[in-house]
This record gives sequence, C-alpha cells and structure tokens, in this order.
Amino acid sequence: MTGSLQDKASLLEVDGLSVEYRLNGLSLRAIDDVSFALRAGEAIGLVGESGSGKTTTAMAIAGLLSPNARVSSGEVRYRGERLPIDDDAAMRPHRWSETSVVFQGAMNALNPVHRIIKQIAEPCRLKLGMSRGGATARARELLELVGIPADRGFAYPHELSGGMRQRVMIAMALACRPSIVIGDEPTTALDVIIQAQILKLLGELRSQLNLAVILITHDLSVVAEACDRVMIMYAGRIVEDGTVAEIFAQPKHPYTKLLIDSIPNPANGKKMIRPIPGDPPNLVNRPSGCAFHPRCPSAIGICATEFPSLDEFGQGRVACHLHRSSQEDKVAAHA
Amino acid sequence: MTHRIGQILIRAIVTLLMVAILNFILFRIVPGDPARLLLAGARTAVTAKQIEAQRQRWGLDRPLIPDQVVDYLSATLHGDLGFSFKFRGRYVADLILERLPATIVLVGLAQFIAILCGVVLGLYAGWRRGGAIDQIATGASLALYSTPSFWVGMLLVVVFSTALGWLPGYGVYSPGATIGFFDGLLDHLRHLALPVAAVALGLIGQYVVVARAAMSDVVTEDYMVTARAKGLTNGQMLVRHAFRNAMLPVVTLVTLNLGYVVAGAITVEAVFAWPGIGGLTVEALNARDYPVLQGIFLLLGASIVIANLMADLAYGLLDPRVRK
Repeated sequence: MTGSLQDKASLLEVDGLSVEYRLNGLSLRAIDDVSFALRAGEAIGLVGESGSGKTTTAMAIAGLLSPNARVSSGEVRYRGERLPIDDDAAMRPHRWSETSVVFQGAMNALNPVHRIIKQIAEPCRLKLGMSRGGATARARELLELVGIPADRGFAYPHELSGGMRQRVMIAMALACRPSIVIGDEPTTALDVIIQAQILKLLGELRSQLNLAVILITHDLSVVAEACDRVMIMYAGRIVEDGTVAEIFAQPKHPYTKLLIDSIPNPANGKKMIRPIPGDPPNLVNRPSGCAFHPRCPSAIGICATEFPSLDEFGQGRVACHLHRSSQEDKVAAHA
Repeated sequence: MTHRIGQILIRAIVTLLMVAILNFILFRIVPGDPARLLLAGARTAVTAKQIEAQRQRWGLDRPLIPDQVVDYLSATLHGDLGFSFKFRGRYVADLILERLPATIVLVGLAQFIAILCGVVLGLYAGWRRGGAIDQIATGASLALYSTPSFWVGMLLVVVFSTALGWLPGYGVYSPGATIGFFDGLLDHLRHLALPVAAVALGLIGQYVVVARAAMSDVVTEDYMVTARAKGLTNGQMLVRHAFRNAMLPVVTLVTLNLGYVVAGAITVEAVFAWPGIGGLTVEALNARDYPVLQGIFLLLGASIVIANLMADLAYGLLDPRVRK
C-alpha cells in the first residue's frame, strides 16, 4: 500500500475497495480497487463523469450503499477500525454521528411536510438522546451558524430558496458534530453566486470545526475553490490523485488534462467549451487495458492491452502508462 | 390559512347552488308533463281542465325562470323537497330520511373496514415492495378493484347463502321473529355481513392500490435517503418520514369516498334488497317518481360537494405546501 495509508493521522482509510451492483442478474462493478486516505480537517474533491464511481465511493464511506450493492473486496477503516459498510443495521450508529452527508438540498432532500427546525433537531434527539427543548435549542444554534436567522426554522422547505435549503442541509449535517462531511453535489442546482456563498460557508465551517470534507462533483472549478486534494475517477477507478495546485498546474493523466481543458476560461480568451470526444465507458463491457484508451488522444499500444496501476508519481498518484517511472524507458521506446 | 379556508367554503357554497340549479333544470327537460304525471293514477279519463287546474295548483303555469327556480331553491333551503308521486302524500324529505340510516350503516361500516384493512395493507405493501405480502395483496386488490361490486355481492350470496346457508342473502332482519335486543342485534349483523363485504371488498382493492402506489413513490424520494443517512431505524423512517407523505393521496381518496356513505351503493343494495337510499333510487326510477329522484340527486350532489370540501381541508392540514 502507499505510504499515505499508513499515515497515523488518517481519519479514514479506504483500502482496495470494490463495489458491485446486481442488476437483473448482471453484476456491475461500480468501483474497482479504490484506495485513499483522508486526514482530519482535509478536503478532498472526488471528480468524474456520471458512472465514474464517485457517488458509490462516497455512499460506501457513509454506509449508504443500496441493498443491491455488494462489497466484493477491500474495506473502509475509520479511526483505525473496520467499518461494517455492507451491514445496514450495524452502520446505523456510525451514520450522521461520525459521517454526515450534505445532499442536494435544492431538490427533495428535505421532507416537505416537516418544519426545517424539526428536521435539524431530529438527529439530535434520536442519535444524541437530547430532550425536545435541548434539540430545538441546538437546531437554532446550527441555523445561526449557517447564516439563517433561527426564527426562520419554523418555515417549511418549500418556503425557502434553493440556497437557503442548501444551508439548512449543511446545518443538519453538522447536528451530531461529525468528523467527516460528504458533500454530494451540494452546489449543482444553484446559480454561481449562491454556489460561491455555499462553498465559502463550507470552507469556513471546515476550518472552524476541523471537519474533513469529501466533495463529490463533476465540476472541477468547485474543487479548485473548496478542496486541498483532488481525485479524478474514471470507470470506477481513481486515475489521478494530487493536490489541487499540482493537478491544475500540471495534470498528468490525459483525462485530467481534457477535463481541465473543458472548463471555459474567458479570462485567457478561451470562451468555447471543448468537450471530451467519445462516450463514457460501458461498465458491463469494459474496454481492455486502460478504460480510457478508446477516447485518449495520447494512447499508445500498451494502453489497449495492459492495465495501468495507480502508482505514486511526485506528490500524488497517477494511473497511466505514459507516467510510469519504472516504465519511462518503455514509453520512450514506444514513442 | 383562514383566507384559504374561506375560499374553499365559498367555492363549496357556489358549487352547491349550481348543483341545485342543474338538478332543477334536469328534471324540467326530462320527458313528461308533471301535471299529467300527477294525474297518471286517475281512474277516469283526464280532461284538459283538470290538467290546467293541476298546473295552476303547483305553479307550473308560471314562468320557469325566475319564478319556478326561485320557488324550488327557496323550498329546498327550507328542507321541503316536495311530494312523492309513488308514495302518495308522502314528503320526499321524509322518505329519504327513513332510508338514510340503513345506507349509512351499510356503507359506513364497509368504509370503516375498508379504510382499516385497505390502507394498512397498501402502505405495508408499498413499504415492502416486491415482498410476498405485496405480491399477493397487489394481485388480489387489482382483481377486486376491477370487479363490479354487485357481481361480488352475487357471488357472495351464491356461496355463503345459497350453497353453504351460513348467512342470509337479503333483507335487514329475519321476518316475524320477536327476539331480545342482543339476538336482534346479532340477527342484524348477520344480515349486514354479505352486503358490507360486497361493498368493502371493492373499496379495499381501491385503497390497497392507491396506498401502495403512494408509499412506493415515497420510499424512493430523496428525503428518505436523508432519513437513512441520519441513522434512523427503518421503523423511525416509516413513522416519521414516510407515513405522512404517503397518506396525502390516500386521505384525499378516502374523504372523497366518504361522500358515498350517504349516497348509498345502488347496485349492492339492489342485490341484497337493502332498504337504503340505493334501493329507494331503484324504486323511484322504476316508478318514474321524479320528485324522489330529484331529492336523491340533490343529496348525492351535496354529499359529494361536502366530501370535496372536507378533502380540501384535510389536505391543507397534512401538506404545508397547499396552505397559504
């Protein structure tokens, strides 16, 4: 395993995790041999297109895998202890107390028939065993913490704007003082100004409460603003992992390069979106070798036949035949 | 909130007025001159003079609008629904009131049983979608829902009354028996069993189908994922988050159906010779007893309007999104 996994400061370690979904008799591998570590207070961005496995990874960590999911190998350790992520009932004490999730509040993640203060207070009552009054007082504090006047707590979700609902989701996620907060596309349905406000709020709360954050998104610009580290996922695997500064300055994996290229940047005259050619990979009939090779502009012969392992490269990790230090000679030979 | 209730009330009152006016018009355009119908039972040949006298006596010579409409509405408001043709000299309102208890007992009891069984079963089937109970309940409910209740009633009579002889197949009491209170009650309940079952079975089918659909929509909602992520147990998720949302469409349907408690179950009452509003409707239809029919139609319309009103109010209590 990589050195960072043995790091004692790691709050969460994901070790060789593979998850499969059973669908009409088919077994679909959603994530494959995913390994990484999260330190307390660290913010990781999990980036990839639909079906890349980013949501499955995050849901596995939160213990929220759906009933048709199966952990086929690997494990998740929290503070050094193995989490029973494939046991719904056994995961219950862990949920929200240690790992909470900020869902897309703008959608239907809040129950439409209950006042928001009740929804925020609910985990305080059920998980922390607080009294009704104590839980309500805590909910009021949490609302103020995310910048909503406590009296607005008596509103129903439909009476709030998308940005306010997202703040409510964040307040709710903090209710049981978790160490890890997973943001599941928390800004996707919001306009850019509100999006910036929410990211700023998350950043402030993170340093204030020493929260570790895993941000799932398909938007690299969100990661650039809110995270320390980025992991790029493709077809269920991590293809590149590095610090935000490193990855934006010097992306190694061709897929990462194309992702960064696809962000329009009017400041340097790049006003057109450059899409990545080809289609997302078919998870049932996975391409041989590197899953990205059919779409990769720099693919070489070995890419179609041999699978690239995720190796340490500089400060981060990359899974690409073009960047294997031990094989640099071979690569040169091919080129 | 009060504004919304006010609006609902005003809408209900206006609808009731429209129902009454439509009811008036409907019975003025059916074929047959009321004056002639009144004299239909006469033994001697009816003269034009007699008809004219009847027309004058009942105000039929005056213009339809506004005089006759206003007369009708004002009489209706005072509880005067006119006289029956068939039951000479009897008030329509009295006839309806006499028949009402039998219907309320029959349909009310059937509704009560159907709500208890159907809603609980439907919600459970939706919660455990794909399970054994879901598959059995859904299959049986679809069959019951799509079967006419009079046919179910006839089957029940054939099996439990004719073939097995367990329960009486028609009527309210065993005729001629003079028995004590409890024996009488038991006898009544035995007579009730089959017609109540006939009405209830169809309703159970309907409630299971609707409650199951509502619940299975709810379990896939995002807020149920949130509830699970919050570490709630399955029971807490069901009680605190799923139940109330799933009840929204169910409450609407049940409340609307309660309107039929007064209107009766015409076909089932006919099958079991049940002396309720449904039975009265059939009798009045056969005798062309327009005033009685008109009274029943008014009752039916009014109970549906009131049921709608209650559904609106109940929905407002359950779902904050429709309150304003």
